[in-house]
Amino acid sequence: MSSVPTTRQTAGAGAARAAARRAGRSKVGGYDRRPGVVTYVLLGVAVLIGLGPLYYTLLLGSSDPVAIAQSSLPQLLPDASLFENFSKVINSDAFDFWKAFGNSLIIALFTSATTVLFSTLAGFSFAKLTFKGRRPLLVFVIATMAVPTQLGVIPLYIIMAKIGWIGTLQAVIVPALVTAFGVFWMTQYLEEALPYELIEAARVDGASMFRTFWSIAMPAARPAAAMLALFTFVTQWTNFFWPSIVLNQSNPTLPVAVRLLQANYFVDYSLVMAGVFLITLPLIILFVFAGRQLVAGIMAGAVKG
Amino acid sequence: MSVKSPAPERIAPAGTPRAPRRVGFSQRLSRWDVKLSPYLYISPFFILFAITGLFPLVYTAYVSLHQWSLLGGQGDYIGFQNFTDIFAQPAFWRSLRNTFSIFLLSSVPQVLVAIVIAALLDQNLRAKTFWRMGVLLPYVVAPVAVGLIFGRMFADQSGLINGALGFFGIEPIRWHVDALASHVAIASMVNFRWTGYNALIFLAAMQAVPRELYEAAIIDGAGRVRQFFSITIPQIRATIIFVVLTSTIGGLQIFDEPRVFDEAGRGGSSQQWMTTTLYLYDVGWGTQRNLGRAAAVAWLLFLIVVVIGFINFAITNRISTSGADRTTTRTRRQRRAAARSSRRSA
Repeated sequence: MSSVPTTRQTAGAGAARAAARRAGRSKVGGYDRRPGVVTYVLLGVAVLIGLGPLYYTLLLGSSDPVAIAQSSLPQLLPDASLFENFSKVINSDAFDFWKAFGNSLIIALFTSATTVLFSTLAGFSFAKLTFKGRRPLLVFVIATMAVPTQLGVIPLYIIMAKIGWIGTLQAVIVPALVTAFGVFWMTQYLEEALPYELIEAARVDGASMFRTFWSIAMPAARPAAAMLALFTFVTQWTNFFWPSIVLNQSNPTLPVAVRLLQANYFVDYSLVMAGVFLITLPLIILFVFAGRQLVAGIMAGAVKG
Repeated sequence: MSVKSPAPERIAPAGTPRAPRRVGFSQRLSRWDVKLSPYLYISPFFILFAITGLFPLVYTAYVSLHQWSLLGGQGDYIGFQNFTDIFAQPAFWRSLRNTFSIFLLSSVPQVLVAIVIAALLDQNLRAKTFWRMGVLLPYVVAPVAVGLIFGRMFADQSGLINGALGFFGIEPIRWHVDALASHVAIASMVNFRWTGYNALIFLAAMQAVPRELYEAAIIDGAGRVRQFFSITIPQIRATIIFVVLTSTIGGLQIFDEPRVFDEAGRGGSSQQWMTTTLYLYDVGWGTQRNLGRAAAVAWLLFLIVVVIGFINFAITNRISTSGADRTTTRTRRQRRAAARSSRRSA
């Protein structure tokens, strides 16, 4: 069975039309065939399963404790009391909402910036510079990705307590300044995206190593750097385990704050859910604008990893 | 001009005695620049990893051999006392059982469903980006938020899931009482957040499969299902190993979701859903405030993650390689068939 265009050339237009009809009908089908309704229905279900819990959060967030206790689905549409609950959460006594928001933002932005800078520096070095021990060091970086470093929390906590960083943002920021994944990611990208000729040209023009990095490697790394920044931002914004250990009630991040909300307001789940939606909203907004990059980033990382 | 310029200097050597030395210095500087810069650029990662990754892991062993309370600090060396204390606590063994149960309930269905979703996405879809973004959306919801939302959906009284079950005449399930039920609930949170993410990883791997393989299979008369099992799965085997490994490393350390599954955050009234990381937290910062014991738990969990990671790697590698063996012979046959047919049509 050959392709329809081949049939057209060998057996004529009529045969080609027949072949096309047959191809459209047959179960086998070529790769370019448009999928049937079933595919869209299944994917639609998958997307709805993703959206459902978020919509449910809105519904509970605009409800009240009595209704939540009595009915499994208090209402079908969100209403204005959602905003009342938002303002109750924002003005809650349990924690300072804007402070938590600011803390989350500072941590996520700062670590994204440093992760991109340090990862690109290391990636440039691993991908394009020659030095003794390059190969084993790179293997070491990759190996550390498989090490559950989260389990070093106890000594890390002891260190933080000793230098008086408990309850401060540095305690969360410093361990997250750069990641093995970031280094690996930028190495992979720069290996392909940065031609040696450009580096040589810069060197011949008398640029120092750092100047070469800053003016040649940095701009070339921009697409991968943007994705790395996005992923770091999401990871830090949603990070809970370590911040919940080192941060306290007076200086929380949003995930830590929402746990406080749960511990303090468990009698009123409408407030908890309003809070949950509030901490999720910034990332949903980010997702609307940068979701395409997230998708591309995950897919690019997968091919190489 | 540049060729001529050194000449006057040679004629008048007394003029600039410092000039050659300055050239030498900048040359030496540039050589150091070339030699040291690579190490300098990779040093931030290595220094940070040494301080916040490697050292704590090693130091965990030291702490685990000492009496060490959260408030009192370091005490006496007590050998393996912390480990025997841990082994004597039923909560530890329960936490291991819960961790494995939740891990299996989350990773196996997650990988299977992700592959199916990826196969659905790996078609000539309309609005490709929309569907890809659609399945990724749950990824941006924080695990804590997912835990709180699902904790309410799986509420024992008037929860959404029990309501839906009641609609079909099924008795309400006590999600926050029964151990297995709570594991299902927590595993569903993990699956909710990661299935779409993993589906995109699989999708990327599927798109890298050479299309000729499918064409050859079509020539041999293989249907869609046959193509999926005989070409797609063996071809994306490296990616399957990668996803299984990462979900193992993450899944065995699960903390956020069980922590917020109820208000107390202690894994249930009889530790039905207390995972090992949650147990570690409880020992260190919760009820026992004993960092020495918590360090012992951390070390044990570390060993478990590494061992299970290796076992997983071996199993996944075995399964998918045996699948690949079958198909390499098959594809070779297919290739020959393809070559034959193209010769015929030419």
